[in-house]
Amino acid sequence: MTTIEKEWAERVRAAAAAGAPLCLRGGGTKDFYGRMPMGEIFDLRANAGIVAHEPTELVVTVRGGTPLAELEAALADKGQYLAFEPPHFGTGATVAGCVAAGLAGPRRAAMGAVRDFMLGVKLLDGRGEIMRFGGQVMKNVAGYDISRLVAGSLGTLGIVLEVSLKVLPRPVAEATLRFEFDEASALRRMNEWGGQPLPVSATLWHAGVLHLRLSGAEAAVRAATEKLGGDQLAADEATALWTSVREQAAAPFALEPGEVLWRVALPSTAPALALPGRQVVEWGGALRWLASAGEAAQIRARAAELGGHAAAFRGGDPRGEVFQPLSAPLAGIHRRLKQAFDPAGIFNPDRLYPEF
Amino acid sequence: MNAEVEALPFGETERDFSAIDKVRVVEALSRVLPAGTLMYETEDLRPYECDGLAAYRALPLVVALPTTEAQVVDVLRICHELGVPVVARGAGTGLSGGALPHTRGVLLSLARFNRILALDPLARTAVVQPGVRNLAISEAAAPHGLYYAPDPSSQIACSIGGNVAENAGGVHCLKYGLTVHNLLRVRGVTIEGEIVEIGSGALDSPGYDLLALVTGSEGMLVVVTEVTVKLVPKPQLAQCVLAAFDDVVRAGDAVARIIAAGIIPAGLEMMDQPATAAVEEFVRAGYPLDAKAILLCEADGTPEEVAEEIARVRAVLEDSGATEIRVSRDEAERLRFWAGRKAAFPAAGRISPDYYCMDGTIPRKRLGEMLTAIQDMERKYGLRCMNVFHAGDGNLHPLILFDANQPDELERAEAFGAEILELSVALGGTITGEHGVGLEKINQMCAQFSTAEVRQFFRVKAAFDPPGLLNPGKAIPTLNRCAEYGRMKVSKGHVPYPDIPRF
Repeated sequence: MTTIEKEWAERVRAAAAAGAPLCLRGGGTKDFYGRMPMGEIFDLRANAGIVAHEPTELVVTVRGGTPLAELEAALADKGQYLAFEPPHFGTGATVAGCVAAGLAGPRRAAMGAVRDFMLGVKLLDGRGEIMRFGGQVMKNVAGYDISRLVAGSLGTLGIVLEVSLKVLPRPVAEATLRFEFDEASALRRMNEWGGQPLPVSATLWHAGVLHLRLSGAEAAVRAATEKLGGDQLAADEATALWTSVREQAAAPFALEPGEVLWRVALPSTAPALALPGRQVVEWGGALRWLASAGEAAQIRARAAELGGHAAAFRGGDPRGEVFQPLSAPLAGIHRRLKQAFDPAGIFNPDRLYPEF
Repeated sequence: MNAEVEALPFGETERDFSAIDKVRVVEALSRVLPAGTLMYETEDLRPYECDGLAAYRALPLVVALPTTEAQVVDVLRICHELGVPVVARGAGTGLSGGALPHTRGVLLSLARFNRILALDPLARTAVVQPGVRNLAISEAAAPHGLYYAPDPSSQIACSIGGNVAENAGGVHCLKYGLTVHNLLRVRGVTIEGEIVEIGSGALDSPGYDLLALVTGSEGMLVVVTEVTVKLVPKPQLAQCVLAAFDDVVRAGDAVARIIAAGIIPAGLEMMDQPATAAVEEFVRAGYPLDAKAILLCEADGTPEEVAEEIARVRAVLEDSGATEIRVSRDEAERLRFWAGRKAAFPAAGRISPDYYCMDGTIPRKRLGEMLTAIQDMERKYGLRCMNVFHAGDGNLHPLILFDANQPDELERAEAFGAEILELSVALGGTITGEHGVGLEKINQMCAQFSTAEVRQFFRVKAAFDPPGLLNPGKAIPTLNRCAEYGRMKVSKGHVPYPDIPRF
């Protein structure tokens, strides 16, 4: 156990004994996400550094407080990357924050989410116990898959001391194509392309324009470009586009007063949302961002009707309901899981749901 | 220490279900199950006494073969009320005894849940019942140019429900992922008889990622009644390179070099000389018999992509000292290259009365060490071992050859296997990559996890299954068992389990 781990374990035990909530926080770049942060700020940034990176094993083990940018730079040095293309949402984003938020970028539909790349975790639970689940290998079915459970848990299950992530070689070639399509045609095209052996790595539709990114072997990207047509973007223009979408710096994400940015996750083939507001469609149709001043109940009902769910991603009331409510049996399982990891309820209470 | 001792509902010691009254269980279940779907006479129970790990056998109290989800709900409610263990079973092909019946419990077969409910080629999803065979999904998707990617070797027989329970892999998972990467949704029933929808048709769902938790949970959290899987486009072309090496460690290094070159092959498999010899005799794949190891490396994609990757792989293999390199010229030759690898288990069955298959995973760079150690163990235990590996992801399947009719050979094989698994942990790996813990590797779990971690697994189970009736005694060892086994992972020099009763 490192000195920091020992200190932190003691601090957690003291907080648990006192029933004093802790607000687990890295760079604070995702404070906006989820319900209102509460409790004493527990800064995770001191526990930083890459523990091991074995390029030929396709694994990196890294401490939670490590800046995400530092990890990405180290991987890039070896020609590798985080294939889930995580958003930073500001400078100072940390690895633990990235894992806790569980948010993936434009590559999600093609490559997977944070949870898909989680191989192992070293977790400090609410009893002050340090535990390891998973490991550094690709295939591991010993015990329940708690490392993947931690991804997206918004810091409610424990302090992420270390994670082992699967990393991949950067694609050799990339190209971004631009097409003009209305929403319905764009949705149909994205799904049709998804069913063909094309190296699609991202899609983006907004206001009549569809962008498609191809990533892979030189020959595959070239062949797909020739087959699909469209206008090809210059490389720097393409990089800027995908970065601005990932970071939500692009114009359609800027909120007017009274608007909420809804994150609506749906089956990729779901028809148009047909709700008032501006839309950005990603992930081959499976993710619909909606900047809208519309009624929350209406938006959630529409998402549910289409087989998905809606979260008030930005600009909503952090004291209200942010995530789609759970069914009664699932809520019970959630409550009991929370108690299993954090019996005193001190880690980021209420951040996910008001019940815990 | 202010650590309050939290009572675990179970998990400290093995539980005693001996008071369960068979007559009462049969009577209660026969009220909800139609005739022919409930069996309790010994001769009817016999076909269910083991799964693919035939060395472990037990007769269940009864076998239930429900045909509807409502019947599953009823069965589980009754078992909950009467405190009866429930072991769910798919095709029974599992290799770790995960579906081994509980002698005082209900064996719940999902074999009759065998329908593909929907297949949406545009959305690239299929909704299937848990008893549907893995390969049947790909067959149904084939007319649309799609398939279901995870392909465990037993795919002609194994069911998707079992694949979910074990988080099954296969030879293509380095590139295409495991079961957990290819699921969208699982519908299941809790022990309390409540229906839960985990995941959805979208790529994520609100709250915790229960889909990841349920995948690979060995039937201990919920009983699966429906699964939505992702389908992916069938690659236009696949081509396979066969490379021979005069040294096993050099073959292992070649694997690392392929990855280091930025290539993620569709499949990357290795066989040592005894394995090559055994399968060659069986399938005549044309493998070079003088090689100490052979590698099979597959590229798939568009014809352009495949040509580019094969050229890169060939260059790396030449550089790595391969003594012979063959590239499949057509589909027939590619299938011939794979025929041997896929026949490794039956080939072992031909040259030895019994064999015991291990499933550890290690970091690829430790492959040489592991192979050397296995050679030493062959001498130590006086048994032969042939090795096949999913080399791309470090997953080893040593096949220990033995004859159960010879005195103490089974015991020696088990000890041999246990030593391989514990070495896997010591080398930074895991005791099971894709077959599951089941009952087979439950003692070795004690070597991989600490007391706190084992306790946490039991708490996670209790979050789904508060009375602890779903597949009790599997996958997660009780603390008492670990104390008895005496190999608990000891950290920081503490004595393991100072606080629990020992026999």
